[in-house]
Amino acid sequence: MDNLVEIRDLTITFAHSVDVVTGLDLDIPAGKTLCLVGESGCGKSVTAKAILQVIDHPGRVSGGAINLRQANGAVLDIAATKPTSPVMRHVRGADIAMIHQEPMSFLSPLYTIGNQISEALTLHRKMSEKEARAEGIRMLEQVGMPDPERRYDSYTFQLSGGQRQRAMIAMALINQPRLLIADEPTTALDVTTQANILDLLAQLQRDSGMAVLFITHDLGVVAEIADEVAVMYLGKIVERGPVKEVLEHPRHPYTRGLLASMPRLDGDFKAPLKAIPGMVPPPALRPTGCSFHPRCEWAVAGFCNMISVLETELGNDHMVACHAYGPQAAKIDKHATRTPAAVAPAERRAESMEPLLSVRDLHKHFPIRSGFFQRQTGAVRAVNDISLDIYPGETLGLVGESGCGKSTLGQTIVGLHRADGGAIRFADGEHEPADLLTARGATAKRLRTDIRMIFQDPTGSLNPRMRVRDIIGEVLQVNSRFSAGEIEAKVQALLSKVGLSPDYAERYPHAFSGGQRQRIAIARALASDPRLVIADEAVSALDVSVQTQIINMMKSLQAEMGLTYLFVSHDLGVIANISDRVAVMYAGRIVEIGSTEAIFRNPRHPYTEALLAAIPGRGVSKPRDRIRLGGHVPDPSQQLVGCSFADRCQYAQPACRAVMPPLEGTADHRFACIRADELRLRTVTGQPELVGA
Amino acid sequence: MGSFMLRRIIYVIPALIAVSLISFLVIAIPPGDFVTRTAELRAAQGDIMPIAEQDAMRRAYGLDLPIMVQYWNWITGVLTRGDFGYSFSFNLPVKDVIWPRLGLTVVLSVASLLFIWVVAIPIGIYSAVRRYSAGDYLATFLGFLGLAIPNFLLALAVMYVAFAWFGMNVGGLFSPEYLEAPWSWDRVLDLLNHLWLPMIVLGTAGTASVIRVIRANLMDELHKPYVTAARAKGKGEFGLLMKYPVRHALNPFVSGQNDIFVEIVSGGTIVAIVMGLQTTGPLLLDALRTQDMYMAASFILMLSVLVVIGTLLSDLLLAWLDPRIRYQQG
Amino acid sequence: MSTFDETTGQVAPIAAVHQRGRGYDGHWALVWQKFLRHRLGVAGGIVVILAYIVALIPEFLAPVTLEAYNPSYSYAPPQAIQWGRDDGEGWRFLPHVTAYKTEIDYNSGRRLFVPDPETVIPIGFFVQGEPYRLLGLIPTDRHLFGAVEAGQPFFLAGADRLGRDILSRTIYGTRISMTIGLIGVALSLVFGILIGGISGLFGGVVDNLIQRFIEFIQSVPAIPLWIGLAAAIPQSVPPLQVYFLITIILSVLGWTSLARVVRGRFLAMRSEDFVKAARLDGCGPVRIIFRHMLPSFLSHIIATVSLAIPGMILAETALSYLGIGLRTPIVSWGVLLQEAQNVRTIASAPWLLLPGGAVVIAVLALNFLGDGLRDAADPYSD
Ligand SMILES: Nc1ncnc2c1ncn2[C@@H]1O[C@H](COP(=O)(O)OP(=O)(O)O)[C@@H](O)[C@H]1O
Ligand code: SF4
Ligand code: SF4
Ligand SMILES: [Mg+2]
Repeated sequence: MDNLVEIRDLTITFAHSVDVVTGLDLDIPAGKTLCLVGESGCGKSVTAKAILQVIDHPGRVSGGAINLRQANGAVLDIAATKPTSPVMRHVRGADIAMIHQEPMSFLSPLYTIGNQISEALTLHRKMSEKEARAEGIRMLEQVGMPDPERRYDSYTFQLSGGQRQRAMIAMALINQPRLLIADEPTTALDVTTQANILDLLAQLQRDSGMAVLFITHDLGVVAEIADEVAVMYLGKIVERGPVKEVLEHPRHPYTRGLLASMPRLDGDFKAPLKAIPGMVPPPALRPTGCSFHPRCEWAVAGFCNMISVLETELGNDHMVACHAYGPQAAKIDKHATRTPAAVAPAERRAESMEPLLSVRDLHKHFPIRSGFFQRQTGAVRAVNDISLDIYPGETLGLVGESGCGKSTLGQTIVGLHRADGGAIRFADGEHEPADLLTARGATAKRLRTDIRMIFQDPTGSLNPRMRVRDIIGEVLQVNSRFSAGEIEAKVQALLSKVGLSPDYAERYPHAFSGGQRQRIAIARALASDPRLVIADEAVSALDVSVQTQIINMMKSLQAEMGLTYLFVSHDLGVIANISDRVAVMYAGRIVEIGSTEAIFRNPRHPYTEALLAAIPGRGVSKPRDRIRLGGHVPDPSQQLVGCSFADRCQYAQPACRAVMPPLEGTADHRFACIRADELRLRTVTGQPELVGA
Repeated sequence: MGSFMLRRIIYVIPALIAVSLISFLVIAIPPGDFVTRTAELRAAQGDIMPIAEQDAMRRAYGLDLPIMVQYWNWITGVLTRGDFGYSFSFNLPVKDVIWPRLGLTVVLSVASLLFIWVVAIPIGIYSAVRRYSAGDYLATFLGFLGLAIPNFLLALAVMYVAFAWFGMNVGGLFSPEYLEAPWSWDRVLDLLNHLWLPMIVLGTAGTASVIRVIRANLMDELHKPYVTAARAKGKGEFGLLMKYPVRHALNPFVSGQNDIFVEIVSGGTIVAIVMGLQTTGPLLLDALRTQDMYMAASFILMLSVLVVIGTLLSDLLLAWLDPRIRYQQG
Repeated sequence: MSTFDETTGQVAPIAAVHQRGRGYDGHWALVWQKFLRHRLGVAGGIVVILAYIVALIPEFLAPVTLEAYNPSYSYAPPQAIQWGRDDGEGWRFLPHVTAYKTEIDYNSGRRLFVPDPETVIPIGFFVQGEPYRLLGLIPTDRHLFGAVEAGQPFFLAGADRLGRDILSRTIYGTRISMTIGLIGVALSLVFGILIGGISGLFGGVVDNLIQRFIEFIQSVPAIPLWIGLAAAIPQSVPPLQVYFLITIILSVLGWTSLARVVRGRFLAMRSEDFVKAARLDGCGPVRIIFRHMLPSFLSHIIATVSLAIPGMILAETALSYLGIGLRTPIVSWGVLLQEAQNVRTIASAPWLLLPGGAVVIAVLALNFLGDGLRDAADPYSD
């Protein structure tokens, strides 16, 4: 047995004898990083937990073997070991360790991180408290925790997201395990922090020679970190092989679909994405035959849905489980494709066109109150002197790390917050231009129906106690003079527009999946025939394939209805794909704004450069080409003098801290950096390249 | 932590002032006073008390002064001299009556609280860990029952059973021979001998609710990711249970202890009356009936002070247990 | 499951997956379905409904009226029902009880009740008795069950000191005991919603003050205060007013927890995305509160209310038992329990504790009901 772990025919069963994982085979090679990819609900996490025998009640391993080669060469079948036995306890933590997506909930807030790190140590090795402490601090230092001595005695809530993740990694690695299981360890982090953590994991893996089982749904991350890839769908591995093989020559339609639905940052950003239709069904409703057949574009009726697939070796260690490569390959037409929904190219704005919305010197400060009498003791400058224009028919993307004020800007525009200063002018060409901040009466009513918003969380934004019809139709009931019948007809039309059946109007939101709820939310936003739609992280909570479905739909609705979007996201790939222009925000200000091409191919602000550099999977492997941001967004309650990025900027000079750099440049591309003209910044492909500005 | 404690202690002061004012006003504001009550009683015996005599009596007791002046005199006396005023019906300073009674009240309340912890915490943990087992159902059922039986009814039932089946005349905190005796080792033993029954009676409702609280909280905690994390570190199941879920479930439990303590002190009044305990309860009721003003106000005041101190202790305990409170608010 | 229809490009809903109705069920339907799955809650609900029916028509259900007494049956033990009788010509079906003869036990000096098999008192359903007005409207003299011949001694659950039927009195007591909780809670609810709503709506200093005030009230030991307030009611106040004063006293302290629930919900709801979305739809504050917020926490309030009633019942019982709550001629379970003042009385007539049993059953049922409702209040989480 060459592999560290060999999983054979693993079956994991939950309540009501639903098999979540069925007959899974997986080898984890020693000393390499194996990425396990798939949409959520495919069974990645439970598989990982099964290796440690820590599946949550009522789940259990109901069949198969998990063979672990131990340090002394003996083979232990974990699946046959009692979860509470001393043998299993010894394997956990010492041989195999685990890290997790949410360090905040994975670490207890009641004990210091030092306590939890040294606990992992003393459980497996006899040592004094002092030695454990020294060892723990050394480990924290190794994972790049700033000021490890002091942090050792900190609680989780005193650390930033990245620091927590480092603490959790230190806890996992302190016993030098031979296998590290990392379950989406970077999903909840900002891109910049994610890049740092991925670097750290890669380096630790190289240094220690441990094996890593890395679970993710992001193929960019896979490209960045994996040696080998296993693609999982509904409890089975459908394709496996070396990372280059799988990503460059994907065979299984599911892998191909995942790759096709990922926004690309080389070539044409705006090339339409091809979504995998539908969604992962719950395990209880696993389709017969090849379980991917309802979503597969090659599926042959009467064959794929009847006959289970077997694994086929393709050479180069590349395995795939699909009939198209099996003995009956002839039955399947590998060129059968569903053409992606044709998206009419959005009309480009004419140079002279009036902006639909112009924001000028906008401020929104949240007071910080404290004490019994709630006196104001400071202010969070969430939106700090922002000016920007949005032109009719375009999509303006808004990016930045979390906490930089993106959502506040969007919410202030729609009127969820009262601005503290500045002006927002709305000119649709038909009516008199109006100022959103001062409009009253009928004008305010019109603006409300002209500017609409889509929220991030499709579950929270739909009132569970109202029927879909009332949710979508409410804006019409309140603001228009349509009769009930007219509203009904309109709701039905909207539902078909967003790809749902008109008779779902009678149902309640709980009947729908996340993606479908987001479609309903979009229908609600469009009900009043708006001109401008503000989408605040509208696809961030969704799975990749569903995300792509929604993006494509939003694009075609834009072309069809002449909509203008302000699209807020932290995901640069999504932003590149959907935006005509992009604004980059940092600490309450716009630091760079310009066309998508300009921002991605000719960034002029060091922060933009750093954001682009942090996108995983762009094939930049030479460490000296890497740009990594340390630290975090400055405390927004602090009044900063000079460039707010100066603390993290590798090009900062004393002059940067003297005055706030103004947003300058051409009308099409503006940036706020005093050194912009001397710097040659790297683009999204990692090359220092200047496309004609 | 130091500043948190200080602020918490300072915060108690307005609460105490309010409590003292309410205790006093509840007694003083309603129509009638000790004199009218005495006159009524005497009238019932056919002995009419002349108005002049009533007024003289009022003056003697200071009952003719405005209420706020009476309050001020009373509370300054309490604070500066430990003088709680004069009990009209006992013809004694209130402080001579109140302290021994209050002492026994504290003993009984604390004993009941300990009883609740000793019984309820293990049962709650067992119930949560062995969810839906026969033992869990039994504990849940008994818990509901404990909540549904009024304290005094339970006291009556217990006394009835003891009397009818075992021929014991339970009640009181001392055997007759020790009732008036000075404190001695034997008297303490006698007290302990009598204490357990009221302690159980008083602790039943609290036990029931603590079992429910622990069970519910622990069930939430048992499947939290940090438990999985600790298990994945290789920690044994029992150590794991104690260090993480139980410890986490302890926080809401501790913050609920204050309510339980209020209930004990509060419910203790009635149980004491029914079981004839030498605590504050029976005297408070008598004092209220006879409108023995200072006596009643002092009792209510001291019971409230007891509760306020309990609140303070449980808050400090919570801060000590939970670093989030210590570091974020302190 | 969700399927993708290639021809229409539509994705079917996943209602079947969630198995919560077919997606056509609204909030209250889901609450109801979830409640029905809570067996104890349903059982409690049925008992509570029965109790309120008893409270509505005690005159019909009780064999005799409140005033009926029979001095020679002072502390008489319960009579046993016999189904038939052998009158020499064979066994005949004749439900009856027998009267008691009294004998004096000269050893203990106590009066003993000995069944007198000769004096048969036939009993039956829908018997004629004292006239009354059903629901205060319909004049009738039928009682659900009782002695066939009115006025004959019939003590299924024994008699009290004055020879009054404990069973009938307990049935009558249901009316006051069950309603005092309701009215007390209704009063608390008005306070609670008002003050909690203000707290949640205004926030800031107002909220802070109200919260500190609530904390303070909650830390005052309730029963001594109740005793103090109740004792302050002069003896001369008429019974009906005493009843209302007592409910007010109970709710003076009872509103705080309701206010907290209301405030908490209000604050949580205010920042919900769907409430923001409603604001963007142009809904005014009134529409938002009544269409979006209120329905969402109504179910929580109902649950809290049903859990608050038992506390009120227990408090009333305790106060009345101590003799400072309700007083005769008003009859509540607590008032009835006054008969059981000391152990010796109870030992010789344990049936005096019957009203206590009624209290336990009512409180238990309300707790079960409240538990079920609380679980069902949020049907969207499992
Ligand atoms: N505790 C649990 N109880 C019931 N079903 C579960 C539980 N945990 C996971 N599942 C189910 O197992 C499937 C796979 O879950 P998971 O491993 O978390 O997927 P992934 O990691 O790919 O997102 C999902 O359908 C999920 O609903
Ligand atoms: S077996 Fe058929 S349905 Fe399954 S992936 Fe291959 S072609 Fe598609
Ligand atoms: S102004 Fe200076 S600190 Fe700011 S981004 Fe430019 S170079 Fe960096
Ligand atoms: Mg997962």
